[in-house]
Amino acid sequence: MSATSPAIIPATKRARRRVVDGAEPRRPWTFWVLATLFASYVLALYGPMLCIYVLSFQDIRGGLVFPMKGLSVHWFIDLFTQVRTGDVKGGFERSIVLALLVTVLTVVGSFMAGLAFRQRFKGDGVVFYLMIGSLVAPGLVLGIGIGLLFQYFGLEASWFTSALGAHLSWTLPFGVLVMFAVMSRFDRAWEEAARDLGATRWQIIWMVVVPILAPGLLAVALFGFTLSYDEFSRTLQTSGPLNTLPLEIWAMTLNVTSPSLYALGTVTTLASFLIIGICLGGIVWIQKRRATRISVH
Amino acid sequence: MSMASGKGDIELAGLYKRFGDFTAVDGVNLKVQDGAYCCFLGPSGCGKTTILRMIAGHEDPTGGEILIGGENVVGLPPVARRTAMMFQSYALFPHLSVRDNVAFALRVRGIDKAQRYRTTDAMLEKVRLTELAHRLPGQLSGGQQQRVALARAAITEPRVLLLDEPLSALDEQLRIQMRTELRRMQRELGITFVHVTHTQLEAIALADVVVVMEKGKIKQAGPAREVYAAPRDRYVAEFLGGQNVLSGKVESVNGASLTLSVPDTKGIVVPLDGARTVTDGDRIDVAVRRDDIHLRRPGSSGAQAGWNAVDTRIRTVEYQGSFVKVMLDTMAEGGFIVYVPEREFFQDPFESGDIVVATWPTEHSRLLA
Repeated sequence: MSATSPAIIPATKRARRRVVDGAEPRRPWTFWVLATLFASYVLALYGPMLCIYVLSFQDIRGGLVFPMKGLSVHWFIDLFTQVRTGDVKGGFERSIVLALLVTVLTVVGSFMAGLAFRQRFKGDGVVFYLMIGSLVAPGLVLGIGIGLLFQYFGLEASWFTSALGAHLSWTLPFGVLVMFAVMSRFDRAWEEAARDLGATRWQIIWMVVVPILAPGLLAVALFGFTLSYDEFSRTLQTSGPLNTLPLEIWAMTLNVTSPSLYALGTVTTLASFLIIGICLGGIVWIQKRRATRISVH
Repeated sequence: MSMASGKGDIELAGLYKRFGDFTAVDGVNLKVQDGAYCCFLGPSGCGKTTILRMIAGHEDPTGGEILIGGENVVGLPPVARRTAMMFQSYALFPHLSVRDNVAFALRVRGIDKAQRYRTTDAMLEKVRLTELAHRLPGQLSGGQQQRVALARAAITEPRVLLLDEPLSALDEQLRIQMRTELRRMQRELGITFVHVTHTQLEAIALADVVVVMEKGKIKQAGPAREVYAAPRDRYVAEFLGGQNVLSGKVESVNGASLTLSVPDTKGIVVPLDGARTVTDGDRIDVAVRRDDIHLRRPGSSGAQAGWNAVDTRIRTVEYQGSFVKVMLDTMAEGGFIVYVPEREFFQDPFESGDIVVATWPTEHSRLLA
C-alpha cells in the first residue's frame, strides 16, 4: 500500500478526523418531524392504557378520573372480594379455559391445514375462500347467527360450545394464514429424507415436521390465545348464561363506577403479558437450546 | 430385512413414468453392475431425476420394473430396498446436530442411545466430521454439509447410494474437491453409486458408466471415454462437447468411405464403419473432435493424402490455459472450433481474420446416427 498516490492520503485523513471529532452530521428537519410524529403515535397508543394502570393503584378515596388519590392495592382486593363488582373470578377462569381450548384446537387445526394445503386438492380454492370469509364477516353478525342456529336446533348456548365455535371461526383462519407463511419455508425434502432413512409417518411428524415448525406453531398458539382471550363481538350472543371476562368487563363499565374496573384492566393486562412472555420465552428457549449445541464442542 | 443378498446391481426394464399428459421417463432399459459408479447426464427435464427417485422408492413407476440385486423392488419402501438417497440441497434436518442427523436412521429403528452414538461416531470419524459433531447444519459450509449428508445416507449400509445433483450447491473449486471425495467414498464403501448431473465434466470425471438422456429416453450409455470420444448421434456429441458436428449431403459413396459436402466445402472424406448404410444424396451428421484438428497457414505445405482440408478464416481466439480455443468462420452452425495445445499455438500465433487451412486425418471423422 506504500505506492498509494499522495493525493489520496489527505482525503482519508479528513474522513478519519470527522469520526474522531465525533461531530455528528446535522440531522435534516424531516428527522424532527418524523420523530415527533412517532412519539405522539406511541403516546396515543400507550397513554390511555398507562392512565388505567396508574389509576388502579389509588386508595379508598379514589375516583374514575385524575387526579390520583393516594396509593394502595385497595381496588385489587375489592375486585376479588366484593360481589357487586360482578363475577370477575368466574369470568377470568372461563376465559382462560376457553382460550386454552381454542389454542389447542387452533394449533392442531392450523397445523393440519398447513400440511394439507401444500398440494392442490379438489375444492381447495373454495375451502380457502370460505375460511377467509369467516375472517371478514362482521363478528357480531356471525355471533348472532350462531346464537340463532343453536336456538333453532334447541341447543343451549354456552361458553364452551357455541362460544368455542364462534372463537374458532376467528382464530382458525388466522392460524392457518400464519401456518401458510411458516410452511412456505418448509422443505418437503426433509420429509423425504426422513422417509428415505426409514422413518414411519408418525416418526416423520414427531421427529422432523413438528420440531422444525415448533416456533411457528408457538406463534399460532399465541395468536389463538390472545384472539380468544379478549374476543367480544362474536362472544356476545354465543356465551349463554355465563359471561367470559371481556363480557364481564363490558357489563361492569355499565354499572361499576369505582377504580376496581381499572384494577381489573391491570390484572388482565398482566395475564396477557404473562402468556405472551411464556410463548416468546419458549421460542427464545428453543433457539437458545439449538444455539448452545453449537458451542458445546 | 427381506433383501439379504446385498448385491447392488440395478436393472431397469421398460421403465415408464407419466405425470398427467407428460411422459417423464419413456421406456428405459439399463443394467448397472454391482459396485459401479453410474452417472445420469442430461439437461433439466430429461427424466434423470425421476429415474433416480423411482430407484429410491420416492416415486412409483407407471410401468416397467426396477430390479436391485435381481429382485423387483417396485412398491417397496426405501428401507426394504436398502437404497439411500442424498438430496440435491442435502435436506439436512435443521433442528438436529450433525451427530443427530447422522444418527437419525438408527434412532427411527429404535436402536438405543449408547449403541447409536457409538456407530455414529465411527462414521463421523470416517468422513472427518468429529470436531463438528455438535454443530447444526446451518453452521456448516457447503462441503461440510455434503459430508454430513453422505454420512447420514451411508450409516444404514445401503447397497445403492443415489445422489441427486450432489455438487450443484457448491462453488467451482469445492465442486472439484468434493468430486474426488465422492469417488473416494464410493471406492471405500464398495457400493453402487447412481449420480444425477447436468454437468458433462462431472459425469465423465466420476463415472464408470455414463448414461446420456434426452426427453425421457436413453441416448447412449457406456464407459465415459466411449461416450465422450465416440458419441452415437448429434445430441450426445453436442451435449458432451469437445466435438464439431458437421451436417451435409453425401456426394458419393466409395466402398470404405464417403465424401461429404457441407454448405461451403466439398470433398470431406468420412470413413464408413458399416453400422449405417448411406446412399448418395442422404443428409448426414459427422463429428470431428476439436483436438484432432490442426491449423496451418495456406500454401505452407500443400494437401496431404489421407487428410481433410478446409480453407477458412479465424473468427476469434480464446486463451484457455493449457490450450487455445480457436473459432473458425465456417461450416458448423454451432461454430467450428479447434483446440490447439498452448505451446504449439504460441510458436506461430494466429489472430482473428487470418486465413488458415483446417486439416484432420480422414479416419478421425465419425459418422453419426
